[in-house]
Amino acid sequence: MILKGVDLHKSYKMGQTKLEVLRGLDVSISEGEFVAIVGASGSGKSTLLHLLGALDKPNQGRVEFRGKALSSFGSGQLNGFRNKTVGFVFQFYHLLDELNILENTLLPAMAGSNSFGWVSRRKTAKESAILLLERMGLGGRLKHKAYQLSGGERQRVAIARALINDPELLLADEPTGNLDSETGNGILEALEEFHLAGQTIVMVTHDSRIADRADRVIRLVDGKIE
Amino acid sequence: MYKLMLATRYFFKRRINLLAMAAIALCVFIVVVVMSVMIGLVSDFKEKNHSYSGDCVIHSDSLVGFAYYEDFVSELEGEKFACGVSPVIDGFGLMRRPGYEDNIGLQIRGVDPVKHSAATGFGDTLYYHKDNPEKAFENIYEPNLPGSVIGVSIIYKSGSFGEYDHFPVPRDLKFEITCFPLNAKGGLARGGADPTSTKVFVNSDDTHSGLVKVDGGMIYLPFDEAQSMFEMGWPIKRINSIHIKFSKGVSADEGMAKVAAMWAKHVERNKDKTYANLFDNVSVEDWFRYRREIIAPMEKEQTMLTILFAMLGIITVFVIFVVFYMIIGHKTRDIGIMRSIGVSSWSVVSIFLLFAGMVGVVGSAIGASAGCSFLVKINDMEDWLFENYEWQLWNREIYAIGEIPHDIEFNVIAVIVACAIGAALLGAFVPAVQAGFKRPVEVLQVNQV
Ligand SMILES: Nc1ncnc2c1ncn2[C@@H]1O[C@H](COP(=O)(O)OP(=O)(O)OP(=O)(O)O)[C@@H](O)[C@H]1O
Ligand SMILES: [Mg+2]
Repeated sequence: MILKGVDLHKSYKMGQTKLEVLRGLDVSISEGEFVAIVGASGSGKSTLLHLLGALDKPNQGRVEFRGKALSSFGSGQLNGFRNKTVGFVFQFYHLLDELNILENTLLPAMAGSNSFGWVSRRKTAKESAILLLERMGLGGRLKHKAYQLSGGERQRVAIARALINDPELLLADEPTGNLDSETGNGILEALEEFHLAGQTIVMVTHDSRIADRADRVIRLVDGKIE
Repeated sequence: MYKLMLATRYFFKRRINLLAMAAIALCVFIVVVVMSVMIGLVSDFKEKNHSYSGDCVIHSDSLVGFAYYEDFVSELEGEKFACGVSPVIDGFGLMRRPGYEDNIGLQIRGVDPVKHSAATGFGDTLYYHKDNPEKAFENIYEPNLPGSVIGVSIIYKSGSFGEYDHFPVPRDLKFEITCFPLNAKGGLARGGADPTSTKVFVNSDDTHSGLVKVDGGMIYLPFDEAQSMFEMGWPIKRINSIHIKFSKGVSADEGMAKVAAMWAKHVERNKDKTYANLFDNVSVEDWFRYRREIIAPMEKEQTMLTILFAMLGIITVFVIFVVFYMIIGHKTRDIGIMRSIGVSSWSVVSIFLLFAGMVGVVGSAIGASAGCSFLVKINDMEDWLFENYEWQLWNREIYAIGEIPHDIEFNVIAVIVACAIGAALLGAFVPAVQAGFKRPVEVLQVNQV
């Protein structure tokens, strides 16, 4: 068991009303698994993924990574977890406009090493970034800025960025949601390749055809797993 | 490494940075120029007062003055620490040009020109006898009459830049001076129908001290003439003040302490004499205290201006703050992204501090160097404006300055630049900390500004 969510509660307060999104949800992910999370829009899929990736905290319950609760992590450990252990692909890409796509891809590698470490690591990191981008079909556009790319291209950069540090977990929030089926299939194939190579993947999707290709499908209904 | 890269990218990518930089540059420029000119004006004014007074002044608050000064003056003259000692008669009177009706009130000062030049900057303020002040009271028109040194703006009209066009020799002018002499008890020295004492003096030189009240309202007379006019030579010789200059290498505190001690002893020694009570009104003061009534309003003005500028400074700081707040407010999404890939909160903050520091350094460097070049050229520019448009920044009929002060005080500029950079850093720090310490998702979802 690499990742486990126990009795997860998450609610948002909006003035007087309280919106309960997750209500005591249990989930566990095994090493090497390809899990798809499906559910209606607004059912809390992104919320769950954020909790699993330590980008947000549950109101109640806990997330465990290899048996250790994330809430017990110090801020340094938490940063390390986000940087090295998890690769996160956002629903809305979230690239830095000021950087070109190669730099965007390299950012987690740079952030994860100090100045001296980076000097020795730079070359290999750069090579693997280029390799990743080539596999995403962006080999010819390394110097382009993020804002010059289409939505699908940005999504692929976001995937490359998520994978640059060889994370144990890839958490992807609708990586194909904004793409036509052909491009979506391309990305999916790439992800399946990573999965075959042993990558653990948790993916949120609307698309039942994509969900069919996963090892396991988790369906979110009423803040719980059906 | 990536921090510097990101900071540099932010620095070069965004056009609003140019605005931020321009804002900083403009503010630094204005504050540098105004502060430098103002500090220059005040220190120039103080310097002129210092020069006018000498280092130390023993003076009586009363026009009656004090007696038994001669031993003390010679005692002081024998001291190594004092290089100039000048006994002075001070009083007030009326001046009328013979043949004219109107009188003007004047401050009258009786001095020995050599002693007074040694103790104060008197000699340097003369026009015709700068190099030979001993001849300051020798007039070329009427050898039988005493000469006088009158404030320059009483007899000349100043030019547009505070200069005076002198004739090659002193103008042939006579001044009839009238005063009310007082006896040692403070009563009118002359009873009867006419309590005044009148004498005619010939213009032998004029004094340009740069102090409006001196140049426009004072006449220097020979010491003995003044003493006898004010009837301060009989039955006991009296004066109003002693001006002292300290030798090179003698600190003001040291000199003041010595003079004060000597004076206390002198008073003690003479305490039983008839006119010893006149010592009660005498105090020993340094030049600054002696002229405080004149300097204080100027300093008040400076304080006022400093407060005004502090307010401007606060506004400036606030503007810079707001600019950065907005720049970084628009970048909170970036902060969320960085945090979500494992960049620590403080690293995020430091990226934006680096960025703000760059903008601050470049902006204030531009502002400071523009300010310095402006100061260097300020007088040329004023000349040019005057020649072409008859327009003057400082009307020299009102302001007793020659050229606009333009000394560049590097520590002042350093403080201004440091404040500007500090403001930029603070403006970046607050929103960066606010966004940097939230949970990544919160920052990504909420648009901060
Ligand atoms: N910060 C927030 N404040 C208030 N409500 C929120 C916040 N974030 C999410 N929500 C609400 O929580 C619910 C779940 O949101 P979430 O983004 O997890 O849905 P989702 O399943 O990912 O939907 P979609 O398929 O449309 O992406 C939604 O109703 C949303 O409006
Ligand atoms: Mg979602």
